[in-house]
Amino acid sequence: MMKKKIFEKPIITKINAGVPDKFGMQNQIKAITHIDQVAIKDIIAEYGSPVFVISEQTMEETYETALQAFSTRYPKVQFAWSYKTNYLNAVCRKYHQLGSWAEVVSGFEYHKALSNGVEPNKIIFNGPDKSDEDLLLAIENKSLIHIDHFEELYTILKLANTTENKPKVAIRVNMDTGVYPMWDRFGFNYENGDAWNAINRLMLSKKVDFMGLHTHIGTYIMVGWAYGNAAKKLADLAVKIEKKFNHYIKYIDMGGGFASKNTLKGAFLPGTDTCPSFDDYAESITNALIGSDINPEHMPTLFLETGRALIDDAGYLLGSIIGNKRLTSGRASTILDIGVNILFTSFWYDHLLYPAEETSNYTEDTTVYGPLCMNIDVIRESLPFPNMKKGQHVVIKRIGAYNMTQWMQFITHRPAIVMIDKEGKTHLVRKRETNESIVNEELVPDYLQ
Amino acid sequence: MKIKENIAISESGFVFDSNTGDSYHLNTTAQIIMKFMKEDKDEDEIQELIMEEYDVDTDTLNLAYYDFLTMLTQFKLSENE
Repeated sequence: MMKKKIFEKPIITKINAGVPDKFGMQNQIKAITHIDQVAIKDIIAEYGSPVFVISEQTMEETYETALQAFSTRYPKVQFAWSYKTNYLNAVCRKYHQLGSWAEVVSGFEYHKALSNGVEPNKIIFNGPDKSDEDLLLAIENKSLIHIDHFEELYTILKLANTTENKPKVAIRVNMDTGVYPMWDRFGFNYENGDAWNAINRLMLSKKVDFMGLHTHIGTYIMVGWAYGNAAKKLADLAVKIEKKFNHYIKYIDMGGGFASKNTLKGAFLPGTDTCPSFDDYAESITNALIGSDINPEHMPTLFLETGRALIDDAGYLLGSIIGNKRLTSGRASTILDIGVNILFTSFWYDHLLYPAEETSNYTEDTTVYGPLCMNIDVIRESLPFPNMKKGQHVVIKRIGAYNMTQWMQFITHRPAIVMIDKEGKTHLVRKRETNESIVNEELVPDYLQ
Repeated sequence: MKIKENIAISESGFVFDSNTGDSYHLNTTAQIIMKFMKEDKDEDEIQELIMEEYDVDTDTLNLAYYDFLTMLTQFKLSENE
């Protein structure tokens, strides 16, 4: 019997005579069938769909690239893992293993860092909300407390009277770095003198060890020079402290906010083409510090709290096609089992979506919906995508940052998270939720029993 | 459903709508379906003929076939009999 031909979905395409695309953007989508040599269909068969995947290999490679960019330009560099970006214990422990300290912004994260075995004096405690109990524990543990506002400053001075340990503090400084928006809600302002005022109060109190200066100029900063401006201003403060108090700060913490290669919604060009590299950021920051008037015998350690740029590329979200629908406008649409509740970053990124198996070369402008019974559940408004059948799998790339901490439980369980180690072995690092894990937290009043 | 009289289809899969001046391109499967439709074959017959030639199950073909018809309606290339 003659072998039958391979079926291809019938397609009619309108021919638009217009200006050709000057960028010649490729609209054929290459499938991602494996992550670190592990077949996607095997991961889904074992852990279900959807499922988050973290590549240990990519985590390590990205970390090494970042470290090299800074340590080849500056003598003393220390990374501190930003817990809020992804505080899965397995992820945190990996970064600690690579040499990162912990950067936390709440009592919850502080305790998580302790339970991950981080030495307390290698925890940086940031954020506007630190309770008196948190602060006292951090003081007694000799952790580095980055003061956010004057109330906190005075709380620390008051707490210092109740313990024999001198609080080890830095202040967070905000400033105009030449980029919009200027973040002025965290820390003390440089230009209006608040930062210098806070430093004076702390130094004159003699109740604290003034360790360093911290800034975090924004998020997804797409130019390196903004960090250069920030580093110059912090260096100026360091020199003023040196002159007035004959005191050398131990570190300058440049925070995070480095962009990953994701494309922001509305961006004209893809993030892969426009985002600075670690080298670009490092060049601006280290040039500013090295070129400053800080006494070269007392160069402060450069702390970096980059989160997104370190973990984003290592994260993948795998899912499956639930169905396809032709919208009344004639536009193709597809429904995934991945909702915006577990892909929080889809609100600000145009995420890259790939089929997990070879498909037809033909792509059509497609709207990608999630499974939530909510109109806002749109993963992509429009992207060229091949027609895929129910049950076929897809891969969303670069989702390692924030999704696994900001996700919301809604109408179903949050998925499992799997880490692929450097040998290509998969490890379950967070179990898929069950009805029990959600309902167990609920209580029913007696009269409704 | 049938293809409007004024729609011209070339052998290379080029479609021209003389009413609007719009032109379209068809892939091979779409060409076969359009050809059968022009020959006034009914839906069951068309699907049967495709299944004889192509490796496809009924459900997949059904989904693809009706999606294609929706596109023809969307582009105003077809009319109801």
